[in-house]
Amino acid sequence: MNSALGHLLLARFRESIRHPETIFWTFVFPILLAFALGIAFRGERPDPAAAVVVDLPGAADVARTLRENDDVRVKVLSRAAADHLLRTGGAAVLVIPGDPLVYRYDPTRPDSRLARERVDRILQRAAGRTDRLPASDSLVTEPGARYIDFLVPGLLGMNLMGGGLWGIGWVIVEDRIRKLLKLQLATPMRKRDFLLAHVLSRMVFLPLEVVPLLVLCWLFFGVSPAGSLLTLAAGTVAGALSFAGLGTLLASRARTTATISGLINLATFPMIVLSGVFFSVSRFPDSLQPLIRALPLTALIDMLRGVMTDGAHLAELLPQFLVMGLWGTLSFVVALWIFRWT
Amino acid sequence: MRPVKETSPARGPAVSLRGLVKRYDTVVAVDSLDLEIRAGECFGLLGPNGAGKTTAIEILVGLQTPTAGQVEVLGQEWGKDDRSLRSRIGVSLQETRFPERLTVAEVVALFASFYPKSRDPLLVIREVGLVEKAGAWTSKLSGGQRQRLALACALAGDPELLVLDEPTTGLDPQARLAFGDSILSYKDRGCTILLSTHYMEEAQRLCDRVAIIDRGKALAVGSPGDLIATLDANLVVEVEMAAGDVEDEAVRQVAGVSSVRRENGALLVSVREAHITVPALLDLFRTRSATLAHLTLRQATLSDVYVSLTGRKYRDE
Repeated sequence: MNSALGHLLLARFRESIRHPETIFWTFVFPILLAFALGIAFRGERPDPAAAVVVDLPGAADVARTLRENDDVRVKVLSRAAADHLLRTGGAAVLVIPGDPLVYRYDPTRPDSRLARERVDRILQRAAGRTDRLPASDSLVTEPGARYIDFLVPGLLGMNLMGGGLWGIGWVIVEDRIRKLLKLQLATPMRKRDFLLAHVLSRMVFLPLEVVPLLVLCWLFFGVSPAGSLLTLAAGTVAGALSFAGLGTLLASRARTTATISGLINLATFPMIVLSGVFFSVSRFPDSLQPLIRALPLTALIDMLRGVMTDGAHLAELLPQFLVMGLWGTLSFVVALWIFRWT
Repeated sequence: MRPVKETSPARGPAVSLRGLVKRYDTVVAVDSLDLEIRAGECFGLLGPNGAGKTTAIEILVGLQTPTAGQVEVLGQEWGKDDRSLRSRIGVSLQETRFPERLTVAEVVALFASFYPKSRDPLLVIREVGLVEKAGAWTSKLSGGQRQRLALACALAGDPELLVLDEPTTGLDPQARLAFGDSILSYKDRGCTILLSTHYMEEAQRLCDRVAIIDRGKALAVGSPGDLIATLDANLVVEVEMAAGDVEDEAVRQVAGVSSVRRENGALLVSVREAHITVPALLDLFRTRSATLAHLTLRQATLSDVYVSLTGRKYRDE
C-alpha cells in the first residue's frame, strides 16, 4: 500500500469514528432494530387472534365459548366500537351473533383469515361438529425457522447497503462541497487512490458492522449461521464492495447534500421494499421476479439467508455473487468515467 | 533548512501565459491574458472580485482547460505528465474547508503523503505558526489559522511554485500582516510565489511585480513602484472638509493638479509638486471659506493606479 492510499484510508477512518452519529447509525441502530423486531416477533407463543363479539342478543354465549380457548382473545363491544377496532387493526375479526352468525373481516389480512378459521372451528365444535379425520400437530420452534431467523440476514443486508451508500456517497459529496476534491486534484494525488481509499474504508468498517449484530442475535435469540462462516464473510465482503461501487456512482456528479440524499433514498427505498428485508420476495408477482432478483440487495440477502438458514455452500450461491459483482464493477467503472472532481 | 535555491536570471520564466482565453457560455472570464512570472519572484494578481483572477489561477494549476491560449508552467505544459508537474506546485484555493474532525497535523501529513518529495509535516506547521494547534481539530481553528493550514498544505510537497488564491481574504488586518510575513519567508528560499488578492496595499507590500487585472485582461504589469511612477502625478492630497465645500472643477483649475476625485466623502487630488500645489489649494479653500477637518499628503498607491487605468473607483470588498 503506498503512503498516499494509507493516509487517505487513515483519514477516512479517523473522520468516521470521530462522528458519534456514524457510530450510532452504523453500529447501534441495526442492533436496536433487530432487538425491537426480534422481541415483537419472537414467536415463542403464537399471538392469540383478536376477536370482537358485537354486543347483540346471544353475544354472551358466543364470548363464553370462545373464552374457553387459549387461541382467541375475546372482547364484547358495540357495533360502532367493534368496527372502529377492526378498521384500526386492533381486532382481527368481528363475530356478529344472529342467524346466521356473520364473520366480518378483511380477507387481505392474513391474521384476519386465521382468526376467522380459529373462531369458526371453536364455535362449530361447541355446536357439535366432530372431526372425521384424526390428526395431530407437530410444532416447529427450533432456531432457523422463526421470524427472527428470517429477519437477521435481511437487516444485515440492509445495513451493508446503507453503510456503502451513505458511508461513501455522502462523504464524497461533502468533500466536493468543501472544495477538498478540487484541492486534492491540484496535488499529485492519484484519483484511483482516492476512490480506492473510500472502497477500502468500507472493508475496515465491515467487521464492525457485521460481527456485533451477529454475536448479539446469537446470544439473545439463538440465531446462528447454519453454513460456513467463511462463506458468510465472503458474501458480506462481496455485498459491501457492490454497494461501495454503487455509492461512488451515486456520488459521482451530485453537487449538494440534498441531491445525494435524494439519490440514495431513491436507490434504497425500493430495495428495502422489494428485496425481502422484512418479508419474502415471493409475495411479489412472478412477472416482477426477474427484476427483483437482479437487484443487488436481493442478491445479498438471498446469499445471507442461504448461508445462515440453509447452510448453502459457496458454489450454490454463485448467481448471487455474480449479481453483486456486476453491480459493483459496472457502477465503479461508470463512476470513474463520469466523476466530477471540480 | 534546505539550501536556498539558485535564482540565476538564466532560469526560464516560472509561468508563461500567452493569449489566454476562458469563455463560459456567454461570459468571458479571461480575455486574452498575457503574463510572464519570473522564477524566484513574488507575483501578485491584483483586481476586484470577478476580474478573472481565480479562473486564470485554476487554468494555471491545471484545474481548468483554457478555451484558447498557451500555458507553460515550470517549463512544462498541461496534458503531458501532469502528475510530475503537480508535484512541483503547491496550491491553496479559495474557500476550502478541511475535514472538521481531523487535526492540523493529520491534514498536513495527508497532503504531504501525496507528494513524492514531501517535507516533515511538523516542520511545515511550525513555519506557518500553527505549532500550538497541531493537535487541534480543524473545526476549532479561527479564520486566520485555517488560511495558515491551507498554506501548510500547499507547502507540504516542497513546491518550486506556490500558488495562493486570495490567501488573506476575510482576515483582519493584523492577521493579514502576519500571513504576509510567512509568505515572504518562502520567497527568500527561492520559491516562486503567485498570489491573487484584492487588497492593493497587500500587493504593494508583498509583491515584486503585480498585474492589475480587470474584466479578464491585464491592464498593467510591473513592480508596484514602476506602476505608481507611470502616474503623471504620484502624490495624493486627501482633504476632508469640516464646513463648506469647493466644487471639483475649481480644484482642477489649481496649478499642478492632475486629477480630482472623491472617495467616502474625502476629496482626493493628484498632484505632481506638493510645494506648489498644496499652498494653492489652501488659498482656494480660504477664498471659498471652506474649513478643513484634515489634510493628508501621501504617495500614490496601486489603488490610484487602478483608478487611473479604469476610471472607476477601487472597492476593497
